[in-house]
Amino acid sequence: MKSVELHNRLAVILRISFTVLLLFAFSASSFSQDMDEARQKEGKSLFKSLCASCHKLDKKLVGPMLGGIEGRRENDWLKSWIKNNAEFRASGNADAIAVYEEYNGSNMSAFPQLTDKNIDDILYYTTVGEISKPDVVEAGVAATGGGSTSSAPEWLIYILAAAIIVAFLMIANLLKQVSELKGNTKVESKSNLKRDLQELWIGVKNNTFLKALSVVFLILMTIYVLFGTLYKVGVDQGYQPIQPIVFSHKIHSGDNKIDCQYCHSSAKHSKHSGIPSVNVCMNCHKNIAEVAETTVVELEDGVVLGKAELDKEIAKVYKAAGWDVENLEYTGIEKPIKWVRIHNLPDFVYFNHSQHVTVQGLKCQTCHGPVEEMEEMYQYSPLTMGWCIDCHRETNVELKENEYYAKIHKQLAEKYGVEKVTAAQLGGLECGKCHY
Amino acid sequence: MASNKKYWKSVEELKDSSIVETLSKNEFVQDISTDAFLGDKETLENSSTSRRDFLKYVGFTTAAASLAACEGPVIKSIPYVVKPDDIIAGVADWYATSMADGYDFANVLVKTREGRPIQIMPNKDANGTTSARVQASILSLYDEKLRLKEPTKAGEAISWTDVDKEIVAKLNTLKEANKPVVLLTGSMASPSTSKIVEEFSVVYPNVKHIIYDAVSESGAADAMLAMYGKRTLPNYHLQNAKTIVSFGADFLGDFHGGFEKAYVNGRKPETGNMSYHVQFESNMSLTGANSDKRIVVKPSEQVFALLNLYNAVTGLNISSKATAVDGDIKKLASELKKAGSKGVVLTGLNDKNAQLIAFAINKAIGSEIMDTVNTLNIRQGNDAEVAQFVADMKAGKIAGLISYNTDPVYTLSNSSDFSEGLKKLELSVALSTENNETVNASNYALPTPHFLESWGDTQFDSVTYGLVQPTIQPLFKTRQVQETLLTWSGNTTPYYDYLKAFATATILGGSSWNTALHNGFYSMGVAETNAVSGNLESVVSISEVGNQLSSSAKKATGFELNLYTKTGLGDGKQANNPWLQEFPDPITRASWDNYLTMSMADARDLGFTNPVKDNGAIDGDYAKLSVNGKEVIVPVLIQPGQAKGSVGLALGFGKTFGLKEEMQVGVNAYPLYKGGNNIQYNVTIDKVEGTHQFACTQVQKTIAGRHDILKVASLKDYNTVAPKDHDNGWNKPAYVSYDHKEVEAKTIDLWDEHNRELGHHFNLSIDLTSCTGCGACVVACHAENNVPVVGKNEVRVGRDMHWLRIDRYYSSQVETREDAKELGLGIADTYKALETEAENPEVTFQPMMCQHCNHAPCETVCPVAATTHSRQGQNHMAYNRCVGTRYCANNCPYRVRRFNWFNYANNNEFDFNMNNEYGKMVLNPDVVVRSRGVMEKCSMCIQMTQATILKAKKEGRPVDTDEFETACSSACTTGALVFGDVNNKEDKVTALAEDKRAYNVLDYLQTKPNVIYQVKVKNTNQA
Repeated sequence: MKSVELHNRLAVILRISFTVLLLFAFSASSFSQDMDEARQKEGKSLFKSLCASCHKLDKKLVGPMLGGIEGRRENDWLKSWIKNNAEFRASGNADAIAVYEEYNGSNMSAFPQLTDKNIDDILYYTTVGEISKPDVVEAGVAATGGGSTSSAPEWLIYILAAAIIVAFLMIANLLKQVSELKGNTKVESKSNLKRDLQELWIGVKNNTFLKALSVVFLILMTIYVLFGTLYKVGVDQGYQPIQPIVFSHKIHSGDNKIDCQYCHSSAKHSKHSGIPSVNVCMNCHKNIAEVAETTVVELEDGVVLGKAELDKEIAKVYKAAGWDVENLEYTGIEKPIKWVRIHNLPDFVYFNHSQHVTVQGLKCQTCHGPVEEMEEMYQYSPLTMGWCIDCHRETNVELKENEYYAKIHKQLAEKYGVEKVTAAQLGGLECGKCHY
Repeated sequence: MASNKKYWKSVEELKDSSIVETLSKNEFVQDISTDAFLGDKETLENSSTSRRDFLKYVGFTTAAASLAACEGPVIKSIPYVVKPDDIIAGVADWYATSMADGYDFANVLVKTREGRPIQIMPNKDANGTTSARVQASILSLYDEKLRLKEPTKAGEAISWTDVDKEIVAKLNTLKEANKPVVLLTGSMASPSTSKIVEEFSVVYPNVKHIIYDAVSESGAADAMLAMYGKRTLPNYHLQNAKTIVSFGADFLGDFHGGFEKAYVNGRKPETGNMSYHVQFESNMSLTGANSDKRIVVKPSEQVFALLNLYNAVTGLNISSKATAVDGDIKKLASELKKAGSKGVVLTGLNDKNAQLIAFAINKAIGSEIMDTVNTLNIRQGNDAEVAQFVADMKAGKIAGLISYNTDPVYTLSNSSDFSEGLKKLELSVALSTENNETVNASNYALPTPHFLESWGDTQFDSVTYGLVQPTIQPLFKTRQVQETLLTWSGNTTPYYDYLKAFATATILGGSSWNTALHNGFYSMGVAETNAVSGNLESVVSISEVGNQLSSSAKKATGFELNLYTKTGLGDGKQANNPWLQEFPDPITRASWDNYLTMSMADARDLGFTNPVKDNGAIDGDYAKLSVNGKEVIVPVLIQPGQAKGSVGLALGFGKTFGLKEEMQVGVNAYPLYKGGNNIQYNVTIDKVEGTHQFACTQVQKTIAGRHDILKVASLKDYNTVAPKDHDNGWNKPAYVSYDHKEVEAKTIDLWDEHNRELGHHFNLSIDLTSCTGCGACVVACHAENNVPVVGKNEVRVGRDMHWLRIDRYYSSQVETREDAKELGLGIADTYKALETEAENPEVTFQPMMCQHCNHAPCETVCPVAATTHSRQGQNHMAYNRCVGTRYCANNCPYRVRRFNWFNYANNNEFDFNMNNEYGKMVLNPDVVVRSRGVMEKCSMCIQMTQATILKAKKEGRPVDTDEFETACSSACTTGALVFGDVNNKEDKVTALAEDKRAYNVLDYLQTKPNVIYQVKVKNTNQA
């Protein structure tokens, strides 16, 4: 645990210094382009909602690359095409038919709802592209994020230790005085310090009570330290292994608000929450081949990954799924991703996600912590039996919503006048409920 | 008067009371055998571990252990790339399919987890049943040691394409030369396969299809052909029978595939109607053990008894001989006539003439029980054709052989002739799932998939059409026999398409293929008449048949050998299956062995004994058995109830080829199985040197005088006497003295009662009347609960791990303790007097598992509270808390707790399924594999009850009536085991718990078990 905290503190320091550097770097740059920001914004939002699933500015996707399209096609042609390309093709426009055939006859939806102004905005956006901005937000996050671990107990231990040593020295000094007063001759020595220590030692040696006291003290200390150490064996709270793909829960669950159970779909049906299969990733990533310019993932050890690195991570998903980015098709050569499992219960424990998620309706965060804020996933809870039991003792079972409990609820209410029961009272502490 | 019966478990218990005395004092034979190494001075002196070495080891291991503990292992988690829609990790899928391996035929349901089949259960909608073998067949799927993995030619790997090219070319050459080729298969009972074989024979007219079953029922099929014109087996509707007379037909065992469900349905005491079942037999079989009256007759006498019964029923006079049981025969004849159409006679003699006589008796009484219209398509082997084929092959008259899933080199009595002929063939192809001697001797070895990896169809009787569907991707490079034959016939249709087209066109009659596949079967409806019909006299001369039969039996001299198959291993096809090897025989309770069963009188005369060692294990002497010029050396096990002058020996053992060393147990009895005849006369037996070590779970646990453990009532008493009548009641509660007054034991209690009104409270009811002892539940428990296999040596010293065992008790009817007291006999003399009775004891089976006592003695003695009580009535066992003191086992009056003496998983010393990657696939992921040093026991399938509760909670509904199940209760074919929630008034078990037959074992101990037994009722008052 200590090493984890040390790691955390180091990471924080590194991160802060890094962001300071970044701030300097960005403050040097300034807005270099003149543009109609309002139009760009309007165009961008339309593009993202209507076009982005098939088009990109800088490369071919399902449909052609759209960056600088105004330079390649007439504005009217584009408007006709966008509003209703099928009709346009039917009218016999040769260029339109050629485009259609080039993309193997994949149909583009018609957008009759778009006004000319809308289309112009979109086209404006395809021409000017993104606006680069200094990354001010990130710095704020970095400054507040990270190591919130309190070190109060450690302070206490240091203070106590210091107090004990001081007390010990005082007693020893007193004893020395006493022995001197009794008329014992001073031991001759070369240096003052050495002589003092020697006298101290003799003083302690001659006092049985002090000897016994220190032995008892040492034994108690050893037991305390040993117990503390052994108790933590196998408790992996904070376990944060390096994963084969830098997957940020913060981006997916926090920023993009994807529901936990969209990916971990078996949590409501099964004992396993399930790591999503690659085809689930591809539901979105078929169209999202790269992250936005501004996306940054900051790892615990202070490394910051920018767009270049993160796009490579997405490429790993394509490799696993066997997705050919050039030809936009599956090659059939698949390579499963070997994730490192974070939450490991021993074999003799039976835990069922669906019991907690579906029946009791617990939020994932209850046990897994603020996953939506985690760039890198780590084990939030200790997952010890004491931790499980504490929750079972405190949590009331949802009796009223579920027909299963109807009879139990009736009996409880009628016979015992009880309206609320905890999981523990319903047998949630019995050994065999989790150990079989 | 049930309580006056003497129950005993072994012959030794009767004979020599000293060992029993020792054992009853030393009930716990599981001492650590320190004597083995400490007692041996030489070994001690030779060992070279010095004090210094010892310290080094201690230091090193401590350091290594603490270093290893610093870093946890990194565990990888690998999701699917594309997840199949119907698989949710952690949720089981069930598929309906059918099994037909040539010996066992069953409609089953298969439980799969993440694409791995892990359990087989009967498909009750299809009226399916499972036996121990069917249950265990799931483990044979994962037998990577024995299964063929890729096609080979003369031992070299070859591709399927090349195989097809070469064999088709060869087949065409042989066709042109018109040289005969034989297709030798076991019984398949598959309509589509029959059609494929037919088409194959059209393409290659020189191919002849011969069906060969290792364990033959050719006699009955031939008799059916002679009398009713079709070569199938008759069906028996025993549920309607009033009187059943069987001459050696083990119809609860292997006879015609078994009839236990129908039989038990005809024996429900609460309906007031129970069939009366008389069994004439020489070996003690499962059927004889369940009969109301068992008459011990050696095989040749059975023939005369059968003829005498025919004479008595018809009044005719066929040549026969007087037998000692003619008095019984007379009474039975009138019983049968009285029963009329509800009477039936069966015979297990694999002899056409004997079967014809039995058919004739059924016809004479107008039996409606025997069904010759809706017949059975299983076991269609033809002994005569096989014999002719082997002779032809030896003479070099056959050019090619294509065999499928048979192993004649192992199972034929004249296998040397077969092997000789095999060498003369131009083409020998073996299609087989497992490697065996025949495969090894053939030129081409072509792997076929296990039935759990296959498509197919089955039709065991004329009513149910079953479908076979794969439940796992093929593990090896296998191809189905149907696919192969289609390819060689030049038909490129995949078998699945062929099957679907076939079923849709000829069977399903317009109903949906998908529905049939989902259900695993399609009901075809019953043909109308089922009375015995046919024009017997004009076809068969019964007097001639009778004369032939009696003259053959008159030749009998010497000992008579009755070959049989065991409930566990059957014909030996699954000999490499550790679950079946460790499965104790229901009658002898011996595992990992076959042996010569011999009557007590013969054993005394010939000097055979079964001494019990002080560790509770049984030893035996060897006998040299000579018959038809063949000799085998087998150990002898004395069997109460064996007919004097006869011996029994099980087929299916002694297989060695390709098997794991541990599984190469027993003696191969097939060489003695001449002409497929299970009865062999003129046998000589000589005692030879040597001591055999048996692995019996028989004497270790003595009954220690607790004779109330079983309650048996006669049907008359059941109907007329009040169950709790103080003097004559057949289900009397235990009484104790309290304040110098006799009171019912249950009124006195040491403990406070738990409050059990809230939620569920589980009970398991076990009907001793319906339990036939088949043991399907034992194997189901193995599969469900990851029960380890421990091997022969461990079983021998009483360390078997079965959570559920089926105890077999012998009892003697006449002698009672009161009788003995009146005669003034001492205990030893009482037993001696009982010994004559032991020549034909009554048998009772009692499934025994953790009783889940409400006041459990084990819980109070556990120093770490590892075994605790639950609100739902289950007694919990927290393995991770257990420190292995074994106090609980010592304090358990039912002896059901099992201790892990070793790590049975990942241990080369126990090289069974838990020690290899394939075998581990059968493990149930919801149940932990226990480690060394902890106690384990029946959990009442808490993983299943919890799953049922969770399912209801997720669906937001109360648990349905009878929705709760355990592995044993769902595997039970006869419905003897019923599980449920007694807090639900609708559940079947609630009424059973209050039934007048209900009792608790050892109720005077006041443990208040949640397992309830129903008093066994026997129809013993008739005749």
